[in-house]
Amino acid sequence: MSAVLRVQDLSVAFHTRGGVVRALDRVGFSLGAGETMALVGESGSGKSVTAYAIMGLLEAAGRVTGGQAWLGETDLLAADLSRIRGRRVAMIFQNPRAALNPIRAVGAQIADVLRRHGGASRFNAGARAIEALRAVGIPDPARRAKAYPFELSGGMCQRVMIAIAVAANPELLIADEPTTGLDVTTQAVVMDLIQAMAARTGMATILITHDLALAAERAQRIAVMHAGHVVEEADTATLLAQPRHPYTARLIAATPTAAGSLDDLQSVPGGLPDLRRDDTPPCRYAARCERRLASCDGALSVRALAPGHQVACTNPLEAAA
Amino acid sequence: MRAILLRLVGAIPTLFGVVLVTFLLTRVLPGDTATYFAGPTASPESIAQIRTSLGLDRPLPEQFWRYLVDLGHGDLGMSLTTGQPVKTELVNRLPASAELTLCGLLLAIGIAVPLGVLAAVRQGSLIDHACRVVATAGVSLPVFFTGLLLVYVFYFLLGWSPAPLGRLDAFASAPKQHTGFYLVDTLWAGDFETFRAAAAQIILPAGTLALFALAPIARITRASMLAVLGSEFIRTARASGLSGPTVVLTYALRNALLPVVTVLGMVFSFLLGANVLVEKVFAWPGIGSYAIEALIASDYAPVQGFVLTMAVLYVLLNLAIDLVNRAIDPRARRGA
Ligand SMILES: Nc1ncnc2c1ncn2[C@@H]1O[C@H](COP(=O)(O)OP(=O)(O)OP(=O)(O)O)[C@@H](O)[C@H]1O
Ligand SMILES: [Mg+2]
Repeated sequence: MSAVLRVQDLSVAFHTRGGVVRALDRVGFSLGAGETMALVGESGSGKSVTAYAIMGLLEAAGRVTGGQAWLGETDLLAADLSRIRGRRVAMIFQNPRAALNPIRAVGAQIADVLRRHGGASRFNAGARAIEALRAVGIPDPARRAKAYPFELSGGMCQRVMIAIAVAANPELLIADEPTTGLDVTTQAVVMDLIQAMAARTGMATILITHDLALAAERAQRIAVMHAGHVVEEADTATLLAQPRHPYTARLIAATPTAAGSLDDLQSVPGGLPDLRRDDTPPCRYAARCERRLASCDGALSVRALAPGHQVACTNPLEAAA
Repeated sequence: MRAILLRLVGAIPTLFGVVLVTFLLTRVLPGDTATYFAGPTASPESIAQIRTSLGLDRPLPEQFWRYLVDLGHGDLGMSLTTGQPVKTELVNRLPASAELTLCGLLLAIGIAVPLGVLAAVRQGSLIDHACRVVATAGVSLPVFFTGLLLVYVFYFLLGWSPAPLGRLDAFASAPKQHTGFYLVDTLWAGDFETFRAAAAQIILPAGTLALFALAPIARITRASMLAVLGSEFIRTARASGLSGPTVVLTYALRNALLPVVTVLGMVFSFLLGANVLVEKVFAWPGIGSYAIEALIASDYAPVQGFVLTMAVLYVLLNLAIDLVNRAIDPRARRGA
């Protein structure tokens, strides 16, 4: 399979006053054309940092300290990303209203991207921006193009964000919690729109969310992150039916489903470890883990349990029969 | 349009307050107009006579009422020292002050805004430190001091600039008046020789004002740019691959300008005050030096006229800032 995105051993550290935060440690996953992969994990597990590292948008304190990220044949960690961002990889964010320029009409913001990447000229960029608004299902696009973000609802703003992101037909879309903060019906509409755009253009999607239920519904594959590690990666059905990493199992137990009752919910005990310490244990889940063995303090390696099913655990759960 | 009218009507009580306070202040200040006007050798009788003829023997409310009635007719009174109507003198001198203040402000903006932007974009770099030095130096040096220092260095030591004696040197003649701004009028007339002369005269006083205005503008530009550059929509702009200049200028700077414009209003009103000193140092024939001379002579009418002019300028200035803000910020446009 030719991968659209291949991330290997990606490590990121932030230099802060309190010390070096090893936010990502040997993160790896890959993504085929047209595929939707979900990156799930609790808050602070490193989902956004992964996305920013791929996009080259880490803030000044953050550095990629190792690993590789390949977009097709392009080495993202070495390439001039200014020609790749927005053109081959695009990103949409949580809180769409704040993610749009408050004093620029939304049509103009789309036109800016079209002029930069989409080969639009100064003269037809406006008309093409209106087309882009129509394509993301905004009614009366010619009028809405002149609106400012504060005049549009959150859902409308997220549609505009999507129009900006897909303006140049990127190969990969990274959606960082695209529906957080929207009401439930709008969430579904926005996700449907993202998937429709992906289907139309063959674009691969990374869906970043802490909502395992959303991931289960929308993604073909799921990578579970915990404290800067990808602890398990598998196709959605396998991961949900046969979680092998204790953390994944806990996460599933903590996720409300239509079938289960809220009483059955168990939260994941413990918190994320302090990533500033030099002696961060090899398995960053060990302190919270009920299956911990003495050998867990040794080196941690990622094991392939089946084709396409990796887990980073010394003592994984048994496969269900 | 309606909003502008409302603002202007809303300013009337303020202006009335200004008129009342200046009237009272000029009456309370030490110094007696009649005595000063009559001269050192005048007899008590002639002083009393002058006082009666000026209406200064009437009760204050009556004097104030007369003043108001005259104002209503557009009459600002007579200057006792020059014997000219105050209105004529103010109108003649205002362009000199306005040209100087605007030049100072434009110079300051032209330096401070790019400086602040660069300091924010290259945080911690040499230019960032330069920005900090300028900001500190600017606040700690009083204008009359920088003014004298500039004269000392550029006129006395280096001899690069002409004598600090007004808007034009003795050999040049004033251009035909269109705007009253010599720099504009000389260009209008195509008289580059006089333009050069006028520019040479204005550069030091305008530079003095600019040094004074530089600090707050540079500081607010830097702070505001830093805040905007860290905001989410800038991250979006970067993530969509917009070019560096587009991100910094079209996206960040335009947003960052909103607080800058507000501060510009404050700086401008400080400049109107600083102007008075600078005009004195450079013998600039503006309304500031006019007011100072009148104040020393206890000549009320010019002082009152001056303060009123400043108040009107201030109201207009705030209006202009409002309009600029509306032009930049759609939220201000739709909100009102
Ligand atoms: N600027 C920074 N300075 C120091 N550490 C940082 C910085 N940004 C991120 N980190 C570290 O990286 C970790 C992962 O952060 P990240 O934003 O990727 O979490 P996330 O999984 O996206 O969580 P959320 O669901 O809250 O968005 C954080 O716990 C934090 O320790
Ligand atoms: Mg995040």
